[in-house]
Amino acid sequence: MELTKGKIVDMYRTMKLIRDFEANASRLFAEGKIPGFVHLYIGEEAIATGVCAGLNDDDYITSTHRGHGHIIAKGGDIKYMMAELYGKATGYCKGKGGSMHIADANKGILGANGIVGAGHNIAVGAGLSAKYRGTDQVCVCFFGDGSTNQGTFHEAMNLASIWKLPVIFVCENNLYGISMHQSKHQAIQDVADRAVAYNVPGVIVDGNDVFAVYEAATEAVVRARAGQGPTLIECKTYRHQGHFEGDPAIYKSSDEVSEWMAKDPIPRMVSYLLDSDILTEKEIEGIDEEISKELEEAIKFAEESPLPSLESIVEDIYTDIVEEVR
Amino acid sequence: MKTMTMMEAIKEAMSKKMREDPNVLVFGEDVGAFGGCFGVTAGMFDEFGEERVRDTPISEGAIVGCAVGAAATGLRPIAELMFMDFLTVGMDQLVNQAAKMRYMFGGKIKLPMVVRLPLGAGISAAAQHSQSLEAWITHAPGLKVVYPSTARDAYGLLLKSIEDDNPVMFLEHKLLYGFEDELDENMDPIELGVADIKREGDDITIVATGKMVHEALAAAKTLSDEGIEAEVFDPRTLFPFDKEALFKSLEKTNMALIVTEENKRGSFAGEIAAMIVEDGFDYLDAPVKRVCAMDTPIPFSPVLEKYYLPDADDIVTAVKGMF
Repeated sequence: MELTKGKIVDMYRTMKLIRDFEANASRLFAEGKIPGFVHLYIGEEAIATGVCAGLNDDDYITSTHRGHGHIIAKGGDIKYMMAELYGKATGYCKGKGGSMHIADANKGILGANGIVGAGHNIAVGAGLSAKYRGTDQVCVCFFGDGSTNQGTFHEAMNLASIWKLPVIFVCENNLYGISMHQSKHQAIQDVADRAVAYNVPGVIVDGNDVFAVYEAATEAVVRARAGQGPTLIECKTYRHQGHFEGDPAIYKSSDEVSEWMAKDPIPRMVSYLLDSDILTEKEIEGIDEEISKELEEAIKFAEESPLPSLESIVEDIYTDIVEEVR
Repeated sequence: MKTMTMMEAIKEAMSKKMREDPNVLVFGEDVGAFGGCFGVTAGMFDEFGEERVRDTPISEGAIVGCAVGAAATGLRPIAELMFMDFLTVGMDQLVNQAAKMRYMFGGKIKLPMVVRLPLGAGISAAAQHSQSLEAWITHAPGLKVVYPSTARDAYGLLLKSIEDDNPVMFLEHKLLYGFEDELDENMDPIELGVADIKREGDDITIVATGKMVHEALAAAKTLSDEGIEAEVFDPRTLFPFDKEALFKSLEKTNMALIVTEENKRGSFAGEIAAMIVEDGFDYLDAPVKRVCAMDTPIPFSPVLEKYYLPDADDIVTAVKGMF
């Protein structure tokens, strides 16, 4: 797989931006500045980055409650994301959605989703739409291992398969459905095994290796664009944090944690960049500083943005009906 | 003018919009060559082909979710659920996704989709194929709910529903599919939120929906013989609801009876009653009453089902009790 230096550096940038965005979200949540629930993507950055690196702007994605990484990787603007986490009027959803519902139709982002497994069929609908309209667009459906026990996963795999839709199912197997270990919540080791039931290729990749993810995803995208239907890609990864911020994750063993910390995708990428002489330490520091600055600006934007007006509560329910304000 | 059954009117409205707009397509269980469980889409497969009249597997969650994804990305899907009862299987996709997506995303997405929902009892289909679940969907902000009682209304309202940029739930009473009516195929679409007075009268307003409109009309005839002139008010759309027209009617009649085929407890009929009591109390000379189905699952045996369902006799009795 030929990747230009520029593309590799972009991948690092995206991964690091996701990591730092999430670290800031964690801090700001702990400081009480971000209300609600926050589910962080720390540890899984290589997946969104590797998959989205092979997509076009007009390709679609559906995301999950753990969606910040997908949105950043698909080109979402961290200013509007951060403002949304703060519940501000300038946020992606004008403060009506929050962390779990960020969407950007202009970037093909059909929304993070608060219901586990709810994005699968929406992705199939987007795939149907792309095929029906005769475009070469594809839709990537991101989801966790936990959602593969929902009926929607099976319905969507089946429908995408029989209609040969351009949908790429990307399972982020982070070993946990909330607190339940994968070995307890399903009797298979590999989610990819389920692909065979739908006569779809099932591929397993190291989800902490951005290049492996990229390669598998681009292959699936090529298949999808060529009208050969969906692929299920299982990315083996690990959720560093608890299910949500505030979850002490007492159900994880320390051996397991240290095993996976050693596979952290970010230091791994840094080593690769240095070992392959793609970037010097100094250049990496430079990129990291740019990211910090960008994040500072996003946080400043969020903090200085106005709160939504109370009147706005009744707007955006319908395109043409505005309910009466109480 | 042409005489059509409600079933033909629905098919003609869909076909008209499909001829006009290539982004309109139909999918659902057995809607293709089979022509739909009740025959509503019969013949459409031949005219529009399998890409535009698509059979889906028996996967209601996928049907509704797929409509959401397709609508969010430029199509105008019409999804058919074989029986409204099956909506329960796709309820997350409808209530948590379709209804809320636009709002949660700050108005940055639109979902022009129609879900066609055959409903209603009277054919011994028992408790899982006969329900009237309009209260469940009117309860979800973000959905529009349309419930025609005549072929003409079905035609005009469906044209408008397909043009609408929001998720529209289109309720079709199975026993009205054969109901015949005269309509002009070139008629204008009927605006959602505009009620229709199906019979004028000065003494009491009977608010009725779907098949109950016809029971109310039959009751009004009997009542007229006894000197009571009932106005039969058909809201035609449950949301948006034409409150203004209802209050105008109440201003004249000062009495309200609400008739729906739902289980009474937690019904949309209760919502209409609350609306009247909260905002139209001054018009009233008597308490608001409701005639609904009983609060039981819908029984199978014809004798029990008939007992379960409200009918013209029940309406006559209720009205007489109010005077």
